[in-house]
Formats: sequence, C-alpha cells, structure tokens
Amino acid sequence: MDWVNSIIQGILVGGLYALFAAGLSLIFGVMRLVNIAHGDLIILSAFLGLTVSTSLNLNPFLSLIIVIPAMAILGYLLQRGILNKTLGNDILPPLLVTFGLSVIIQNSLLELYTADPQKMNAGNIEVASLSLPGGLNIGWYPLIMFIISIIIIGILQFIFYKTSLGRAFRATSDDQEIAQLMGLSKNHIFGLAMAMSMVVVAIAGIFLGVRTSFDPAAGPGRLIFGFEAVIIGGLGNLWGTLIGGIILGVSQNIGAKINPGWQILAGHIAFLLVLAVRPKGLFHRMDG
Amino acid sequence: MKTEYTVVQSSNISKFSSVVALLMVIFLFLAPWWAGRADIRLMSEIFLYLSLASLWNLLAGYCGLVSVGQQAFVGFGGYLLFAFTIFLGLNPLIAIPITGIFGAFISLPIAFLIFRLRGAYFAIGTWVVAEVFRLSFAQIQSLGGGSGSSLPVAIVKSIASSKAMRESLIYWMILALTVFIVLSVYFILRSRKGIALIAIRDNELASESLGINITKSKLFVYIITSGLTTVIGALIFLQKLRISPDAAFNVNDWTAFVIFIVVIGGIGTIEGPIIGVIVFFALRETLADLGSIYLIMLGCVAIFVMIRAPKGIWGYISKTFNIELFPLSRKLKKIKGE
Amino acid sequence: MPKKVLETKNLNAFYGDFQALFDVSIDLFEGEIISIIGANGAGKSTFMRSVAGLIDKIDNDINFNGSSIKNLRADEIAQKGIAMVPEGRKLFPSLSVEENLLIGSQTKRSGPWKLSSVYELFPDLCDKKNIPSNLLSGGQQQMAAIGRALMSNPEVILFDEISLGLAPIIIKNIYQNLPLVIQDGMSAVVVEQDINKAIEISDRVYCLQEGRIALTGESKKLTREEISKAYFGI
Repeated sequence: MDWVNSIIQGILVGGLYALFAAGLSLIFGVMRLVNIAHGDLIILSAFLGLTVSTSLNLNPFLSLIIVIPAMAILGYLLQRGILNKTLGNDILPPLLVTFGLSVIIQNSLLELYTADPQKMNAGNIEVASLSLPGGLNIGWYPLIMFIISIIIIGILQFIFYKTSLGRAFRATSDDQEIAQLMGLSKNHIFGLAMAMSMVVVAIAGIFLGVRTSFDPAAGPGRLIFGFEAVIIGGLGNLWGTLIGGIILGVSQNIGAKINPGWQILAGHIAFLLVLAVRPKGLFHRMDG
Repeated sequence: MKTEYTVVQSSNISKFSSVVALLMVIFLFLAPWWAGRADIRLMSEIFLYLSLASLWNLLAGYCGLVSVGQQAFVGFGGYLLFAFTIFLGLNPLIAIPITGIFGAFISLPIAFLIFRLRGAYFAIGTWVVAEVFRLSFAQIQSLGGGSGSSLPVAIVKSIASSKAMRESLIYWMILALTVFIVLSVYFILRSRKGIALIAIRDNELASESLGINITKSKLFVYIITSGLTTVIGALIFLQKLRISPDAAFNVNDWTAFVIFIVVIGGIGTIEGPIIGVIVFFALRETLADLGSIYLIMLGCVAIFVMIRAPKGIWGYISKTFNIELFPLSRKLKKIKGE
Repeated sequence: MPKKVLETKNLNAFYGDFQALFDVSIDLFEGEIISIIGANGAGKSTFMRSVAGLIDKIDNDINFNGSSIKNLRADEIAQKGIAMVPEGRKLFPSLSVEENLLIGSQTKRSGPWKLSSVYELFPDLCDKKNIPSNLLSGGQQQMAAIGRALMSNPEVILFDEISLGLAPIIIKNIYQNLPLVIQDGMSAVVVEQDINKAIEISDRVYCLQEGRIALTGESKKLTREEISKAYFGI
C-alpha cells in the first residue's frame, strides 16, 4: 500500500514537472531556443509570489493576479530586448546569454532575499487529504495541482492548434522567413511566445512555492526536471511532456522509497535509461 | 616565368611571440625561486583555469559541443586521486596521470548517451551527468559521503619531504600540464584533424559532404578533453587537500567561470582563453569582495560581450589588427614569379 | 495615365560581399503583368526578394505607390500590400491547407479575397482543406500558395517561378487562371524560366543577365532573336 501511495504521489507531482517542461517546450517549439534560465525564472516567480502575498496579506494563489502579468511582461521585454538578438544559426549565443541570465537571477535573488529557504503558506489546503478505500490517502493540494496542470496543457494545446495566435506560432516555427511575408513580425511573435511561457512559469512557481521550500539556488534543479520531462516525453508533444513528467515523478518516488538519498538520482537514471533506449523520447513529434 | 606559391602558417609576429612565450615559460618555471608562496598558489590557480578554459574552448569553440557539465570530470579526477592514494596506497604523483586514463574511459559511455542530444539539449544533458556524479559520490561513505574528506597527512608528505618542495612540485606539474594542454590544442588544430574540426565548426553539412566523419572527430576530442579535465581535477584537489561533492562538482567554479573566461577572451581562438583568464583574475582580485554583486556583474559582462562582441576581446584585436599569435590560418606566399 | 505602383531605381542588392543586382530599374504600372526572365543565377529571385524585404543589403531605391519601402521589414511590406508566392511554394508544413490560407489573411487587409472566393477559384483546395499542406501534389501546393498570397488582398503579387517542378498540363492550368487572379486593380510581377509562358502572360518583359537588365520591351513586340541575345548574353 505504501508503494501504491508513493506511485500516486509520483504521478501527481508529475503534473508540476510537466508545467516546468511545458514552458521550456513551448519556447523551443516556436523559436528553437532553450532557456537555461528557465528554472531560475520559476524560482523568481515563487519569490515574487512570496513578496506579494506577504506584503499584501494575500493567499499565495491570489498573488497570481499580480505575478502572472508581471512575469508575462518581463518575458516579453526580455525576449525583445535581449534574447531576439541572440537568435540565429549559432547555438552558442542564446545558450551563453541565458546561462548568464541564470547567474544574474540567482545572485540577484540571493542579494534580495538571502540564501534562507522560504515557503509560501496556503493554509489548510496543504494538509487536507482525500481518503480512498484501501487505506490510500491523497492530498487535496497535489491532486488539484495535477488537475490544473492538465487543464493548462489542454489550454496550451488549444491555443496552439485552434487559434490564430497558435497558427502564427506554428508558421513562424516552420519557416521564419515566409512567416514574415505573411505579415507576421518575428520579433513580436517571439515576444508573445516568451510571454506565454512566462505565464506557465508563474503558475508553476507559485505551485512550487506552496508545495515545498525554495531558495535562490533552486533554479537549475527545476530546469533539469523540466528538461528531463521533455526528453522522456519527446520533443514537440505537450501531452508527451505530461507523461514524461509523470514517469520522472514516479521514478523519483520509487527511488526515495528504496533510499531517501536516492530520490533525485533515481529520476536522473530513469532519464538516462530513456535516452539510451529511446533517444527521441517516447512520443516525439519534432527533431531537435 | 611561372608564379609559384607555397603555403605558410607562421608570420613574423607569431615567430616573435613564440620566442617570447618560450622565455616566459622558463621564467614561470623558475617561480619557486622568485615568487612567494601566496603568489605561487595564485599562479597555480590561474594555470588550472587556463587549462580548463583551453579544453572547454576546444570542445565548444571548435567542435560545437557546448558542455555545462565538465565539472563531472573535475570532481571525478579529485575523487579518484583521493581513492587511489587512500585505498590503493598509490603515490599521488603516479595517481594523477592514471586518473586521466580513467576519465577518458568513463567519457565513452557518457558520450554514448549524451551524443544523442543536440545543441542546448546536449548542454543540459552534460549537466545532468554531472549531477549524477555528484549525487553518486555523495553516497560513498568511505570517501566522506555528503560532507567529504581530507587528504591524510601521510599521503601529502609522500609527495616530497619538505613543504616548500611539495608546493614547488605541484606547481611544476600544473605548469607542465598547462603548457602541454595549450600546445596540444594548438597542434591538434594545426593538424589534418584540426582542419577537419575547423571545417565542422564552420559548416557541418558541407564538411560531412566532404567525407569528414563528424561523430568520430567530435568523439575523439570529447574523450581527450575529458581525460585531461580529469587530470586537472586531480591537481586541483591535490592542492586543496580536501574534497566534498559540492566543491568537486560545483557548476559555478568549474563551468560558469570557465565559460566566462572563454567568452570574454574570445571563443574559438587559442589566444582567447589566455586573455580571458587574465581579465577574469584581474576582476576577481579587485571585485570578488562584492560577493553576489560580483557574480551579477560577470553575468552582465558575459551577456554584453555575447551580443555586442561575440568573438571576445581577442576576436576584436585579431580582426582589427589582423594578427595571430598562434597561427592557424594558412596563407599563400609567393616564392617565385611576378 | 496609369499609376506607377512599384518602381526600383538603380537597385543594387548584395549577399554579404557578393553583388547580385546591378543598377536594376524596373517599373510596374497599375493593372499590369510584367515578367522577368533570365538564366539561372541572373538575379530574378534576388529581385523579388529585395522587393519583398528579405534582402538585408540593398542600395538605392524601391518605391511602392510613391513612398520608399527600402528600409521596411518584410512583414511591414506585406502589410502595405505586396504579397509573394515564393519560389518552391513554401507552404507551412505544420499547418493544414485551410490554415495556410488563413495565415495569408494575417495582414487583415480588406478586399474581395477570402476563404470562399479562394475555394471558388481552386475547388480542389476545398476538398483537401484539413489535410496537412505537405501532403498535396505539386500543382495543388502551387494553387494553395497562390491562394495564400491572395488572402492578404494585396495590390501587387510577386509570382516567383511558379512553374518550377510542375507537369506541363498543371502549368497550363495555372497560367490559364492567372488573369482571373489579377483583377480589380491588382498588378503582378511574374518570374519565369519558361520564356514562352512569360511572353504569353505578360504585357511587358524584362530580361536579366548576370544581375543587370539586358533587355526590356512589350512582350508581344520583341523578337526571339532579341530575347535570346539578352538571355544568353551573346
């Protein structure tokens, strides 16, 4: 029963990992950019949520009202101001610039908040649980988080495949030059894509901040989880990313059950296994 | 009268600078006699970073393999050194080169896995591998687990009898390794293999169509850099006398700073890392007290350079004044004719 | 007096250090179809891409309805009313046929062309509207590419080598439809490898040779000899 519980916990946290991955995947899909600072932006959102909720005495989830637009605007400006200038045939500039951003964000947070771990308080929801037959206990919070992750991925899919914005994203991703001939401003489209990614990042950050403690150095760890979920699931497929996140979460929890110190390592090993056996991921639709 | 040409690589400037370089190396070799202990330590650190930077530059600037996980090999070298000396009783001086061989070997299965990824995903993959190393070594209790261990005094003393001699020996090993690495990188790039690498860097598709086996070339370079990085790691921790998973596999120390050095100095050139390491240490000696502000500044400088001057300081100098101190380009020189 | 819709004045175009167009002066009047012919590498596509805003380095002027578009971005030029049917069709593979057409209307310019009118012109496309565009045959892709350009209700359409890679009967079909396409004051520039088709469809022709204009005149009045000379540079 303990094992079943662990696996269920793993599935539920997979939703959060899928959110980490979705933002990453979106950007890569539209502009072939991998944002090394992605994890740090998630942590930045968490800290932003912390500041907003404590200074305005708000429930952390309500802080999203401010954090979402703030991150979206930040993303748009970041893309148009700096990242658009790095895009091109060379992979080095975007990689190194986002790496530099990662360093800047981490150390800025360190200066502003110190290295102390923080956590946001959402009240009873954090401990409330659902009792199921067979002695299973599922926390309400992880369950809600999982369901919302699915909804968000569904919304992203809808935007991508059923709206004119999504059409513009896909066209620009296919062929930047011809997309311009259609009247699409590359710079603006990329800015919007990054803004959308930051909306997902903001939500992921608040979820993370309520679920567990975080500190300025926690960014790279989240980036790696998101990355692993993307690779396990396969590039170009958001639902595959959800499965990837679930597999990652379950592996980590199984590892933790065997030995608490093996939790994260178990996730890495699952990732390396998939890389060895199915390098393109389980449900890939796009090539790197 | 027919015009005849020959291909030359060196120029007057490069010949002059090679003489200067030789004199400098001799001068540096004599450092234990003219420099104080603190200076020797600083110079050792500079050389170690120059070595790491030259290797990273070879990997990223020439092979397009951008790794943010070289700390895996640095830490691996450090831990192997401790393991060989503590458990196998090997003399440190012998253990050091052996760590390199092990590093080269382990890079094979790693390459098997991560070469399946491309571009930035490859980079993150190398990071994951480094994390696996870190988490795994943190599990080894006999080497101190999560908190690490110190190198026993007896082993330290086995290097040489006097402290001064020990420090000089370690310093000479580091200097020798650095010279070896810089020259090796230079000669690899001058060779046929090197031309292949430069071709790959410039245009992968075109070079593939010319029959250059890209994967083999990249693998060759990856294995060599990994082995040498492992040796550097062994030397780093021989100097530090203490190792822990966080210090051994630290992304900031062994990757972020190295990348900064290469990018500022000038990626894809041999002179670049040399300039970069000088700039980095100048900044560090003056600004490091500022703590995180210092790191933020480094990040800003790196971003600025990448966007405005992607070829770095040396790239700018080299292009403006058209000089190469480590000549790689081949020029046609007339020997007969009009 | 017909209005001059598009003109280039002594246009030079460069790919890096390489100069592809030298002093090219071409005029397009309202309602006209002009064709540009020339051997491979003569600079025909470069000219089209320059007008569309895809070439970074150009010297001297390109004017559209009297104002300079030389420094505008490609998407701004598309917004102003110049549409291109690119060489090789270049439909978006991730989009279905209908989505490709819809993206053509991104510029939101007003005019007679919308989905229903495009489907009327090319009924084949209506049957296949939800299929991924890269599964169409060559001829159908060409129709889709033309439809996509029409959806932006442009004033000027640039047709870049639309017969490339298509069977003769398909080419014939497409060119038969061309006058239907250019109606209500639209003007067109047609780049063609096939000299006969180019002469047939256009009012005036320009012949490019190694980046320069070698010949220009009314299509039906030029002799074969004059054209060959200009085409091959003999």
